[in-house]
Amino acid sequence: MIVGKQKPLPEIREMIADYGNILILGCGTCATVCFAGGEREVDILASSLGIAAKLEGKERVTTKHTVKRQCEWEFLDEIEEKVKQADAVLSLGCGVGVQAIAERFPEIPVLPGLDTLFMGMPVEEGVWVERCVGCGNCILNQTGGICPIARCPKGLINGPCGGYRDGKCEVDPTRDCAWVLIYERLKKMGRLDMLHTSQPLKDYSKMGHPRSITR
Amino acid sequence: MTMKAGTNLEKVLESGAFAVTAEAGPAKGAVTSVIERKGEMLKPCCDAVNVTDNQSAVVRMSSWSSCVLLKRLGLDPVMQIVVRDRNRLAIQSDVLGAVAMGIQNILCLSGDHQAIGNHPDAKGVYDIDSIQLIQMLKGMRDEKKFQCGEEISGEVPIFIGAAANPFAAPFEYRVLRLAKKVKAGADFIQTQAIFDVAKFAKWMEMVRDRGLDKQTHILAGLVPIKSVGMARYMKDYVSGVYVPDEVVTRLEGAKNAKEEGIKICLETIEQLKEIQGVHGIHIMAVAWEEMVPHIVEQAKLLPRPVV
Repeated sequence: MIVGKQKPLPEIREMIADYGNILILGCGTCATVCFAGGEREVDILASSLGIAAKLEGKERVTTKHTVKRQCEWEFLDEIEEKVKQADAVLSLGCGVGVQAIAERFPEIPVLPGLDTLFMGMPVEEGVWVERCVGCGNCILNQTGGICPIARCPKGLINGPCGGYRDGKCEVDPTRDCAWVLIYERLKKMGRLDMLHTSQPLKDYSKMGHPRSITR
Repeated sequence: MTMKAGTNLEKVLESGAFAVTAEAGPAKGAVTSVIERKGEMLKPCCDAVNVTDNQSAVVRMSSWSSCVLLKRLGLDPVMQIVVRDRNRLAIQSDVLGAVAMGIQNILCLSGDHQAIGNHPDAKGVYDIDSIQLIQMLKGMRDEKKFQCGEEISGEVPIFIGAAANPFAAPFEYRVLRLAKKVKAGADFIQTQAIFDVAKFAKWMEMVRDRGLDKQTHILAGLVPIKSVGMARYMKDYVSGVYVPDEVVTRLEGAKNAKEEGIKICLETIEQLKEIQGVHGIHIMAVAWEEMVPHIVEQAKLLPRPVV
């Protein structure tokens, strides 16, 4: 899933300062699952902004709505009326959602309420970690199902650097070195021979922006 | 035999002599005197001098320009390249420029991550890794081709180096990693600083079992320790360096920590000379370059061979 986190409230307040009527728009897919921009977060943010407006002595109307997915046209039709009545849309979807709203409703300002972070998963309650960078050229079959591009800060694809210590990363000693994890998994699988092969230079043209596919 | 680059370092190693190299950190500014002073000091006691490339991810004068300054003084420089700051285009063009200036020893490194340096907000490049860098340089030299496959006009004679860390666990993985670097084309290896000689000897045994010492020249790394504080700091904070407790305790118990640090270094050199497959030493006297001539002299490694 796409993982994001809500921007700090002062930043959001600054963004919406010029608008009196705000539609706070949640997203029912990734942003809901990572507790960043689902129905619950829309409610909480609306209350916080309401209190803030009162403290500032400002008049502000907030409308709340959460669509199934902000990133698909078919789910955006239902908000047309609400968008038209608003001065701005505060999207709690990822960057894709924000841009979909902007494209679908070209006359209304859309503001990002989240910072979109990465593609990842919750590894335990409340902890999400990055697992994939979408490099367009998957080598997980050769690295024991553990991605060194996403999980090594240097994205090294031919084994670890010399900086790790006790199996931990030089950048963050609380994090496991991706290559130590790969080594241990390949060892368990009896496939340490896979580490003998040198990976060729990566084709980064497959990561060149903007990417698209047509089916 | 035909030389790959014919640098002083290559000649010394190929002659079978026990080589001595040292590291010099470039200036944190545009003055030439910093690296030149270090060069003058190191010239009589080293076969080649490494110039670091923004070591610890802290900005300094570029390795290649500092190498040019050393070359002018008659030293044989080893240009270090980290893959953190430059992509494959920039690296290849820098290599061509370096060779044109007579800098022909190149050490291929990953480099410390930008997050631990003085520009932690920077975007790391890491377009290629250290092994791919070795391969790329080998292709430039042996096939006269750029990484993309296009022809290079003329020769690119380089003596290719790589680093090795014999200490990081899983231990057995480190030899595998060295094997990969040798296969990729590393002509010489400079190891991380050695304080645990027994462990290093065990690693060398594994290196010899694979015949790697016959395919590359291994130079054993040394860092002379100046103080108890430095020992503790390296033990706890310096990426890839392993300082055993005994070393810290020994320095703590010493009347003069500096003298003790040099003594430890000299004892280590004596032990390293006895390990089969070690072809020389690489002294990384961080901000203590002035001690290198003394160390080399006391280690009875003077005069340096003229080849």
